[in-house]
Amino acid sequence: MNYAIQAENLTKRFGNFTAVNAINFTVKKGEIFGFLGANGAGKTTAMRMLTGLSKPSGGKAEVAGYDVRTQAEEIKRHIGYMSQKFSLYEDLTVGENIWFFGNIYGLSRAMIKAKTEKLLDELQLKEVKKQLVASLPLGWKQRLAFALASFHDPEIVFLDEPTGGVDPITRREFWEMIYAAADRGITIFVTTHYMDEAEYCDRVSIMVDGNISALDTPAGLKANFLASSMDEVFVKLARG
Amino acid sequence: MNKILIKGISKSFGDVQALQDIHLDINSGELFGLIGPDGAGKTTLFRILATLLLADTGSATVAGWDVVKDLRQIRRHLGYMPGRFSLYQDLTVAENLNFFATIFGTSIEENYDLIKDIYQQIEPFRNRRAGQLSGGMKQKLALSCALIHAPRVLFLDEPTTGVDAVSRQEFWEMLQRLKAKNITILVSTPYMDEAQLCDRIALIQQGRILSVAPPDELTASYPHPLFEVGAKNRYQLLQDLRHYPATLSVFPFGEFLHLSTHHPVEPMEIREFLAERQHQQIVVRPADATVEDCFMDQLRN
Repeated sequence: MNYAIQAENLTKRFGNFTAVNAINFTVKKGEIFGFLGANGAGKTTAMRMLTGLSKPSGGKAEVAGYDVRTQAEEIKRHIGYMSQKFSLYEDLTVGENIWFFGNIYGLSRAMIKAKTEKLLDELQLKEVKKQLVASLPLGWKQRLAFALASFHDPEIVFLDEPTGGVDPITRREFWEMIYAAADRGITIFVTTHYMDEAEYCDRVSIMVDGNISALDTPAGLKANFLASSMDEVFVKLARG
Repeated sequence: MNKILIKGISKSFGDVQALQDIHLDINSGELFGLIGPDGAGKTTLFRILATLLLADTGSATVAGWDVVKDLRQIRRHLGYMPGRFSLYQDLTVAENLNFFATIFGTSIEENYDLIKDIYQQIEPFRNRRAGQLSGGMKQKLALSCALIHAPRVLFLDEPTTGVDAVSRQEFWEMLQRLKAKNITILVSTPYMDEAQLCDRIALIQQGRILSVAPPDELTASYPHPLFEVGAKNRYQLLQDLRHYPATLSVFPFGEFLHLSTHHPVEPMEIREFLAERQHQQIVVRPADATVEDCFMDQLRN
C-alpha cells in the first residue's frame, strides 16, 4: 500500500445541504499534505470523516488501510490528532499529560516510561516535567502536543490549524518537527487558514463549497494561477 | 488632532513584565501595526490606551486626551474591537448595531455612511443572531459596531485571527478606506504578511518594542546577505545548511529555506557545498527580506 489516505467520491450531506461533495484525492505515505479552504468550505466535515468520527453519506475512504465506514475504531488507533483549540490538559502537569495519552493509546507501563524519557530529552522539557501545562509558553505546548499526537507511532498525524499565535522562530521550530516526522515516514495531514503555511506542504488541496477545486504542489498551483503567493491562489479560487 | 502618544509605559502582572518602557508616536490618520506573537503585550497596551487598565509607570494620550484623567472623552471618541468576539451573541445583527449606536447617543442613520461598505455585506443577515454568524461576518459586525459612533481613533486587537484569507483581504481593504477618512487606526496582528499593508509597524516581543519603521524601510534595511535555497529533501537540506561555514541562520520559509550568511557569498559556492552532499534539484538565489526575516533577525539578537 503506497497511500496513507485514499478518498473516492467521499460525500457528506446534512439534510438538503451537501457539506462535502464527492471529493477524490490520495495522500502518499510520508507526504506533508495541506488541506485548505475558507470558513465553511467543508474542511472540518471531511476531516471528521477521515478520522472516523463521522460516517460518510456516500463514497468511500481508506485511512492507513482501514475503511472509514466499517473500521473507525482501527483508524483511531492508527492516527494521531492535534488541534490548536484542544490538545493537552492545561491543569495536568507535563508528566501527567504524557502518562494520560500513553494510557488512552493502550501502551504498557514500561513502554510509556521509556518513551517519556526520550520525549522529554528530545523536546528539552525535563526541567518542567512537574509543571502544569498551563504555565508553559505556547510554543512549548505546541511541540509537546505534536509529540503526544505521535506518541503511539501512528501512520498519519492530523493537524487541525496547529500553529496560530506563536512567533516566527517558534513556528519554524514546530515545522522542523513536522519535517523530521515526515522524514521518518509519518504522513502529515494539515489544515490551516494561513496560506504561507501551505507553502511548507509537499502538496495542497483547496476546498471551495464542498468541492476540491485545486490540488497540486504549491509551486504548481502558483504557476497555474499566475500567482506570486498561495494567498493569491486562494483568493482567486475562492472569489471565483 | 487624532494622534496617539505613548511615553514610557510599563505594566507588570505579578512577576510577569507585560510591557517595558514603551514609547510610540502615532500620527493622525495613520494605519499603524503592532506586530508580535501571543503574549507579546499587544492586548495589554490596547487596554491601557482604551482606559480599561492603568499602567504602572509612564503616560499616554489618545486624540489629545490623557488615558487616566480624560477617560470619558476617550471612551466617547474611541472605537475598540477587542480580540475576543464581544458582541451580544443572542441579539441579532441589527439589534447589536442599534444597541451600540444608542449607548453612544447616536443612531444607525446618522453615521450610516461610515459603515455602509462593511455593513452592506452583512445586511442580508440582519435578523440573524450574532452567535450564528461565520467568523468573517462576526468580524464585519464587530467592526460596524466599533465605528457606529464615528470614532476619531480605532483600536483593532487581532481582528483577523481565525478568519480565512478572503475575509482577511476584504478586511484590510476596508481599513484602507477608513484611513482615507482620517481615522487613526492602531491594529495588532500576529501575521507578518499583514504588516506590509500598514503605514508603519512596531515589532513587539515580550513586552518590548524591537523596532518601529515603515515596512518597506524595515525590509530594505535587513543587515545580512539573504538567499532562497531549495532542494528535493528539505529536511536534510536544513540540517546540512546549519553546517555550512558562512551560515548565520537558516529557517524554513514555505517551499524554500532562507539562509542568511555572515559575509557575502556567491550562490555558486552554496550550490557546490550542497552538490557535494548529494542534494538534488538544488536552487540557490539571492532573496529580498520579508518582514518575517527582519522579525526573526531581531528576535535572535
